[in-house]
Amino acid sequence: MKVQNIVNILKAEILAEGDLQEEVKTACGSDMMSDVLAFVKDQSVLLTGLVNPQVVRTAEMMDMHCIIFVRGKRPDETVLSLARQKDITILATPYRMFTACGLLYEKGLEGGCDVS
Amino acid sequence: MSMLQLRYSVPGDDFTRAGEASGDVKHKLKKLGYNPSAIRRVSIAMYEGEINMVIHAGGGEANVDVDPDKVVIVLTDHGPGIADVEKAMQEGWSTAPDNVRSLGFGAGMGLPNMKKYSDEMTIDSVVGQGTTLKMVVYAQSEKS
Repeated sequence: MKVQNIVNILKAEILAEGDLQEEVKTACGSDMMSDVLAFVKDQSVLLTGLVNPQVVRTAEMMDMHCIIFVRGKRPDETVLSLARQKDITILATPYRMFTACGLLYEKGLEGGCDVS
Repeated sequence: MSMLQLRYSVPGDDFTRAGEASGDVKHKLKKLGYNPSAIRRVSIAMYEGEINMVIHAGGGEANVDVDPDKVVIVLTDHGPGIADVEKAMQEGWSTAPDNVRSLGFGAGMGLPNMKKYSDEMTIDSVVGQGTTLKMVVYAQSEKS
């Protein structure tokens, strides 16, 4: 799917706009950044309830294109301007973490970590 | 003589700036056209290291030497040192204060992640004096 599809599925507000036509295949949902950093599998979307600049840094190191803040959380301007510098799209959705992940998974976005 | 020598001072009092040096290294390696998978491993390993220096040691210095075949990252701090390096390497073991957990770190995954993403890692630590951590990431590696 494209980032624009995520905006529609999650009834999300665009807080920082990168490339909305960017194709994304996998996502990761976590409030613990070290857990996000523990799996490198071309994950391009991060769903989190944590709102600080380290979320953007983590996404940057992982080459992620889109960060979704769940349950209506809004980051401050420091976070948004950092995201704009790095060309990362920031979205805010009213859905809670579990629901937001479920809605995207249902529409074909995968986790990227297979259990063998 | 390395292709590129980068020197950073990592401020210890500003958590929001942790990761600036790693972001800059990532940017410069991209410009050099370095292997993308090696770039990602360098960035993540160094980022975890930067976070550690801010959380535990009041900041420090980061020296990065880039060669065509490898990137060598040396992180030096003058913090409290690591009393038991073996224990610190265990996943889930952490001495980070609770407020760090609310920032998304301090789950005891930093050092294990750094070991996982680097090809070589050595820790030289003296309690009361500080820690020097060296990581080598090869441009071509089976970890890629």
